[in-house]
Amino acid sequence: MSLVESRLTLTVSYVLLGLFAFIALFPIALLVLNSLKPAAEIVQNPLGLPGPIRWQNFVNAWNHAKFSKTFVNSLVVSGTTIVLVCSTSSLTAYVLARKKIKSWKIFTFYLLATTTAPIQLYIFPLYFGFAKLGLINNIFGVALIYTALYSPFAVMLLRTYFIAVPKELEEAAIVDGATSWQVFWRVMLPIVSPGILTVALIIGLNSWNEFLIATTFLQKQENVTAVIAFYLLSGQYSSDWGEIMAAALIIVVPVVLLFVFMQKRFIEGMAGGSVKG
Amino acid sequence: MHRLYIVPTMIINVVIVLVPALLTAALAFCNWDGISAPTFAGLDNFRALAADRVFWSALGNNMVWTLVFLTVPILMGLAAASMLLIVRRGSNFFQIVYFLPVVIATAITARVWQGMIYSPVTGIFGILKKYGMPIPNPLTQPPLALFGVATVDLWHWWGFLCVIFFAALRQVPQEQIEAARLEGATYFQMMRYVLLPGIRPTITLMMIMTVIWSFLAFDFVYIMTQGGPAFSSELLSTLAYRKAFYDLNVGQAAAAALVISLFGLVGTFFYVRIQTREGEQ
Repeated sequence: MSLVESRLTLTVSYVLLGLFAFIALFPIALLVLNSLKPAAEIVQNPLGLPGPIRWQNFVNAWNHAKFSKTFVNSLVVSGTTIVLVCSTSSLTAYVLARKKIKSWKIFTFYLLATTTAPIQLYIFPLYFGFAKLGLINNIFGVALIYTALYSPFAVMLLRTYFIAVPKELEEAAIVDGATSWQVFWRVMLPIVSPGILTVALIIGLNSWNEFLIATTFLQKQENVTAVIAFYLLSGQYSSDWGEIMAAALIIVVPVVLLFVFMQKRFIEGMAGGSVKG
Repeated sequence: MHRLYIVPTMIINVVIVLVPALLTAALAFCNWDGISAPTFAGLDNFRALAADRVFWSALGNNMVWTLVFLTVPILMGLAAASMLLIVRRGSNFFQIVYFLPVVIATAITARVWQGMIYSPVTGIFGILKKYGMPIPNPLTQPPLALFGVATVDLWHWWGFLCVIFFAALRQVPQEQIEAARLEGATYFQMMRYVLLPGIRPTITLMMIMTVIWSFLAFDFVYIMTQGGPAFSSELLSTLAYRKAFYDLNVGQAAAAALVISLFGLVGTFFYVRIQTREGEQ
């Protein structure tokens, strides 16, 4: 009696999984490979190995996409969004998870509905409103929009972490005379901190990569995020694909490293937020 | 006291999402260029959209998009996830590889495909041409443009579904799988009678989300084709965006946004029902 799959099934599975892996990796390999080549070599053969590696691509990309400025913009936008989302959403998630208010159902319902609303439903009045208030090109304005955009997801994910905390812990703290704020701050928050880290990672990734809001609300070249700087570089300022791929690699490498390093949290969070509710 | 806890989230959400959304609903019945005062226009915007061929082809494209995403990535995800369950060894490595495209910015993914694959000058399609396999750049062919863009979105997207399905498959009781194995079930029998029924709630949820998300699709079309050539790859989301920011016809853009939301709303209804039912248990 054997519970192991037959050798044939295993082989076929590995071949197909390898094929899928090839599909996933092939464009990424092209990105890396061609970031190291001069434009002329890419035209000749995008699959060819680089002759001498052209590090100048990275210097050009860094200067032309103004990464010394736009990278900081991206970090500020992502950082601000993370802080705003984590602080406001953990409060809301706690209340909704523990049904602390009578109308918890309505608010849960409302937040769930907004996660599915198309951006086009609110971006037009928002843009002209921001323009009136002089908030176009303001990266904190963009962070505020991201906060509204991502906090329903964060609330839903954090809610599952709060629900998992045993009620007895909370009750014991109340018996000991803790105020409701102390219960939240001293008892609950430390227990759900892994969940907050997961939320921070995913929100950080989303705001780092975001395109539609950033391209609409940031228009001056020195105010854009790194992704938009890349978009402008590849669309308007350069036709040197070596340089464009080098710019892409500079943006992708930190994200991929962070992802591979923290992949359990990323995957758990992405799956948990959209599957469990 | 606890009511105060939800105030920050709600204020930000109401200011950024709810109020502008209500304004959009109102603007759909107005003429507005974004600068001067809006004037009431009744149903004019909706009539103009109904008379616009591009609107109907965009709506059709949205339907095609939804159908493609309801089938191809879900089947790919299920196939890969079930094989990950079979092989076990190395499944974590494959999972990471499949998820990589999900974490790369859409703008970058779009440019890599445009320049390094589809381009007849700098891409793989150029090499194929050199070796006597001339495949036209799909992004420049009206009948193919939508599928050329959808392929890129699929590449970026299917790994997410695979990871979610794999997570769900691991929750299927081991005894059921082993019992089926002892009875000599083939791969397809295992899928049909054990695995798929075991993760049906997850599949249903992902299909509902696919319907909702497919009406939100924007980035890849906007970056790679701007809805062209000749509006052949236009989606409702890019159409609305173009009307608002290029034509300064915010009224019609708002009307189109309402149409998008209407379709999303059907999916949202089922989504919220499933999610809140789970939460009550």
